[in-house]
Amino acid sequence: MSHPTGGVDDQHAEPEAIQAIRRKHPWRFVLAVVLVVLAALFVYDAAFNRPVFAWPEVGKYLFDTRIIGAIGYTLQLTVYSMIIAIVLGVLLAVMRQSPNPVVKAVSWVYLWLFRGTPVYVQLTFWGLVTVIYKTITIGIPFTDAVVTLTTKDLLSYYTLAIIGLALNEAAYMAEIVRAGLLAVDKGQDEAATALGLGWWHTMTRVVLPQAMRVIIPPTGNEVISMLKTTSLVAAVPFIGELFTRQRDIAAVTYQPVPMLIVASIWYLVITSILMVGQYYLEKHFAKGIGQRPDVQRPSVATETITVVGEAEPGHPTYTEEDGRTSIVPPHSGTGGGGR
Amino acid sequence: MTETLTGTPMVRAEAISKSYGSNEVLKSISLEVKRGEVLCLVGPSGSGKSTFLRCINHLETINAGRLWVDGELVGYRQHGDKIYEMHPKEAAKQRRDIGMVFQRFNLFPHKTALENVMMAPTLLKKGSKTALQSRAMELLARVGLADRHDYYPAHLSGGQQQRVAIARALAMDPKLMLFDEPTSALDPELVGEVLDVMKGLAESGMTMIVVTHEMGFAKQVADKLVFMDGGVVVESGDPVEVLTNPQRERTKAFLSKVL
Repeated sequence: MSHPTGGVDDQHAEPEAIQAIRRKHPWRFVLAVVLVVLAALFVYDAAFNRPVFAWPEVGKYLFDTRIIGAIGYTLQLTVYSMIIAIVLGVLLAVMRQSPNPVVKAVSWVYLWLFRGTPVYVQLTFWGLVTVIYKTITIGIPFTDAVVTLTTKDLLSYYTLAIIGLALNEAAYMAEIVRAGLLAVDKGQDEAATALGLGWWHTMTRVVLPQAMRVIIPPTGNEVISMLKTTSLVAAVPFIGELFTRQRDIAAVTYQPVPMLIVASIWYLVITSILMVGQYYLEKHFAKGIGQRPDVQRPSVATETITVVGEAEPGHPTYTEEDGRTSIVPPHSGTGGGGR
Repeated sequence: MTETLTGTPMVRAEAISKSYGSNEVLKSISLEVKRGEVLCLVGPSGSGKSTFLRCINHLETINAGRLWVDGELVGYRQHGDKIYEMHPKEAAKQRRDIGMVFQRFNLFPHKTALENVMMAPTLLKKGSKTALQSRAMELLARVGLADRHDYYPAHLSGGQQQRVAIARALAMDPKLMLFDEPTSALDPELVGEVLDVMKGLAESGMTMIVVTHEMGFAKQVADKLVFMDGGVVVESGDPVEVLTNPQRERTKAFLSKVL
């Protein structure tokens, strides 16, 4: 605590604040001006010189009931397929870490198959399922009890689109979850095992909750990616989501560009909302991580700042060199070691 | 005390060997820990003392020999002269009677101090939540941290974290406590508070095996000291005797470095 110069007397002397002249950053200003000018030129040009943008059309169709309905389908496809993909992805990742080699192999083969083929091809295949497998027969072996179902009645294109998107996405989610599981310190697993927790409890109560912190940011990325991948379900063919619907409208109006702008605006709006949601989710799962708030104060605080007010009964106090009584701040300095 | 010292020993190791590939870390270790006894394991790093400790609660499997805790074979079942691997569930059940404290604390960072202590009892024990909670609070009070029950580990000092870890290990009412270098990751000024808690635990009659470099603690608290080097027990006996008057050259060489 002793200063290199000066004795006891100037222990509490306030050091003079530094009044430095701030560095100038002229190039930042120049760059900003250039970009603003370029952007203004682009906007002016787009607004007045390009009839192909047809802005009145954009305004007319932005809140068209057909478009709004299509957004509903896009959101449904995104949400349902992501929920299935996350559940299946967690399952596949946990299977991959399982001590059971059969279960491990199943997970690996799934990943190999669904990650190794394009989603567009997979969606096309799902559309053909009702043609390739016209009926499903469920029966109890060696008895006559048989139920035959027609796949066409069972699986609509809407359901098939969700299945197709979800099963493909599950393969990617599995890798994201696996990365999260691997990021959790080995000591956590050991501590849980030493307490006598079984594999399942260790996984669900100790490892997975901590893996969430690593899993959520890329999952947010996947949700946004899924929102846009829904535009491929025309391959099934499911029609009615945003991209297909705007294309159908454009086919009638002969003005494709304004409809593309309408769709882009809505994709951007939804993505922005999703990003806000992700921020709060990340905050929730950062619980208990973060810094020690009361220890991270600058260490000079204990020297120059005195805690004002009355000490709680039992709270330790100390006498300053000038005779004042101060309260010992909780955790002064690093370490602490309890009161 | 004499009452608890009789009967089957708490831990009995008979010619235990353990190797990783061709690297033999434990070479025919035999020792016994009686009920209520505190055993300190000392030795240079890489001497196999931590590995031996981890064999006792089956975090590591042994390659040869036999190991009993409270008269029960650890990790295996014996029928006639055949040895069967234990079902993981049975092994987990065995571990509930053995508490373990780690060098790096290994508290669950997403749980508060109280939640850390309560986790295993909540999942594995019967009883109302309030009963389990008051029991957990008792344990935190025992390690002097009742007022820190709602702190996350990241908001506690190293010494406090290790004391919570001790309370957590005690939560399943173990009959044996294993300590794997419990103070080695701590700042010097925080070592004392953890050793105090361990001393109190020893005085309450808990059977303990402590891997440590704290010779003062060994001298003061241990009933028996075992010096290991190169995977074998070099010397063992009364801690004061071994530390002040070592018989073997290897023990002398080691102690001259650490004392």
